[in-house]
Amino acid sequence: MLQAHEKFNDLDALYTPDARVATSMYEDADLFNEEMERIFKRTWVWVAHDSELADKGSFKLSNVGLEPVIVVRDRKGEVNVLVNRCRHRAATVCEVKKGKTSSFQCPYHGWGYGLDGSLRGLPYPEQYGEDFDKGAHGLKKLRTETYNGMIFATFNDDVEPLVDFLGPEVRRYIDLFMKQGGGFPVKVLGEHQFTVPMNWKVQLENTTDAYHFPVVHKSFMQSLDGDAEEAFKFLETGKGFVEDLGNGHSVMVMIPERIDLDEHLDDPVEERFLPLVQELRNGGYPEDQVKKIVRAVGGAGFNLNLFPNVSFSLAFFRVLTPVNVERTDIRHIALGMDGGPAAANRMRMRLHEHFQGPMGFGSPDDAEVWERVQRGTKGGEDLPILVNRGLIDEQPGALGPRGHISAETGMRAAYKMWKRMMSL
Amino acid sequence: MNMMTRIDDLALLQKVSAFLWAEADLLDAKDYDGWLALWLAEGFYTLPIGEGEDFDNQLNLCHDNDRMRRDRIQRFQQGFSISSAPPAQTVRTVSRFVIDSVEGDTVTVSSAEHVVEDKFGRQRVWAANMKHTLVASADGFRIRTKVVRLLNSDGMLNSFSYLF
Repeated sequence: MLQAHEKFNDLDALYTPDARVATSMYEDADLFNEEMERIFKRTWVWVAHDSELADKGSFKLSNVGLEPVIVVRDRKGEVNVLVNRCRHRAATVCEVKKGKTSSFQCPYHGWGYGLDGSLRGLPYPEQYGEDFDKGAHGLKKLRTETYNGMIFATFNDDVEPLVDFLGPEVRRYIDLFMKQGGGFPVKVLGEHQFTVPMNWKVQLENTTDAYHFPVVHKSFMQSLDGDAEEAFKFLETGKGFVEDLGNGHSVMVMIPERIDLDEHLDDPVEERFLPLVQELRNGGYPEDQVKKIVRAVGGAGFNLNLFPNVSFSLAFFRVLTPVNVERTDIRHIALGMDGGPAAANRMRMRLHEHFQGPMGFGSPDDAEVWERVQRGTKGGEDLPILVNRGLIDEQPGALGPRGHISAETGMRAAYKMWKRMMSL
Repeated sequence: MNMMTRIDDLALLQKVSAFLWAEADLLDAKDYDGWLALWLAEGFYTLPIGEGEDFDNQLNLCHDNDRMRRDRIQRFQQGFSISSAPPAQTVRTVSRFVIDSVEGDTVTVSSAEHVVEDKFGRQRVWAANMKHTLVASADGFRIRTKVVRLLNSDGMLNSFSYLF
C-alpha cells in the first residue's frame, strides 16, 4: 500500500497547471489528513479577535486545524494559545466556550495550570520523585502573533513572522476593513455557527466567488430596497475585481467606492440607513460623525480572503474549521463599534441576522449549494472541477494577477498556495 | 390567576394548548400565510443565541418584526431560494405547557418543542424551549411575542429552511 505522501506525489494531477481541481480533492480522507499536517499544522491559523479577550483572564475555545485550543489573555495582558489537553492523561482542561478565569484545572486529577499554560500545581506530586520538572509539563503552547486585532497561532516555530505571511497588500486591506469601526475600535458582537457536509476547500473557494451571488442570493436581493439592491449588482456594473495578494490570500472587491470608508462621505445615504441617521442626530452626534458612522455601518466593499481559514467578508469575519474530509464548521462573526452608538450596533446586528447564519436570508442558500457540491462529486470521479474562469483577461496586479469581479482568480491564488504547502 | 376557579384554569390551558397545536400544524404544513395571520403587527419572532433577554441589543439567530416576518415568508414562497425550494419537511410536537402569567387579556405560556426535519434522506432532530405571549381577542388568540430558544443555540447548528 502506498504511503499517503507517495499517493499524493503528483500534485499537478490534483490541481492542474490549467486550473482544474481533481474530484478527490474534496473526498479523499488520506489527502485530508495530509492537509491537516502540511497546511494547518505549519502555517498561521486565525483563532480570535482581540475584542473577544477584553480583560486579563478572558478566554475562548478555538481550533487550529483539528486541534482544540484555548485562547486566553494572561495577567501580563499577553495572549496565549494553548492546546486544550492536560499533560497528565489528556483530558480537556476547559469545556466552557468563553468566559473569564484565573486558571485552568484538569477535572480528572486536579492538575492546575496558569493563564500562560505553566503547570502551577498537582495533588501529591511526591510520587513523581524529586526531579519532576513542572516547567516541562505546561500546556502545549503555540506561537502566537497579532495584526490589527486579528490573533493567529501556529504549531510551526520556523514559519515566517505573521506580518510577512500576510504581506503588504493584505495588511493594507485589513487596515481598510477595520475602518468600519467608524472611528471606534472594531468589536465582536456575537457569532452564528453552522456545520456543513462539505470539504473545507469548498468554503475556501466560496469567499472569493462573486459569480454565485446573483444566482444563489436572488431571494436575499429581493428583500432589499432599491438602493441596497443596486449596491449588490456588482456583476452587472463590472467595476469590481479579484486580485491575488500572495501566499494564497486574495481580495474580491465588489463595491469599489466602499474600499476606503473615509471616502465618499458625502454620497447620498441609502434609504435603509435614514432612520439611523435620524436616531444619531437625535442622540447629539455631530453631522461629520453621523456621516462617518452611517458609512461604516454599511460595511466594507470587499472580501479579503486569507489562506487557510479566515475571510474578512464585507462586514463580518467568516471562519472555517475543518472537521473531517466531508464536514466543515463555519462561523460568521458579527462586528460592531466598541463604545459606539447603541443604535449603530443594533443596525449592524440586524443586518448580520438578515443575511448570515442558520436563519439568515443568505447563508442557508450558501450551505445548500456547498452540500450540493459535495453530493455532486459522488458522480463523475474523472471530471475536473473548473476554477479557470477569467483566466482570459487577467492583468498583473501589485503582487499577483488581477481578474474580472467574477473571475476565479482568488481560488487559483488559494490552490497555488495549497500546492506550495503540500509539496514541502 | 387568583380570581379564576380551577375549571377556568383548565379551560384556559386547553384553549392555549389548542392554539399552539394549531400554530404547530400551520408550520408543519408550511401554511405561512395562515401563520402570519396569527400575529399582532407590533410583535417580534425571536430565536435568541444563549440566555440573553435584551434581544434588540444582542445578536440573535433571528429577531423579526412584522416587515422581516413577511420578507422571510416571501423568501420561502417565491421559489428563488435554493434551500427552501424544496425545503426540508418537518414534523413537530409541542407540549409541556405551563401558563406563566395571565394579565388582563394577555397570557404568557411556556412550552417544549421537538422538530424532526427531513431532507436529502437525512433526518435531524431539534429541541427548543418556547415562550409565547398571546393576546385574547374576539376571534381567538393573537401572538404578540414568540421566543424560541434552541438547545445549543450558541453552538454549532445547521441552516434552517423552515420556522420553529
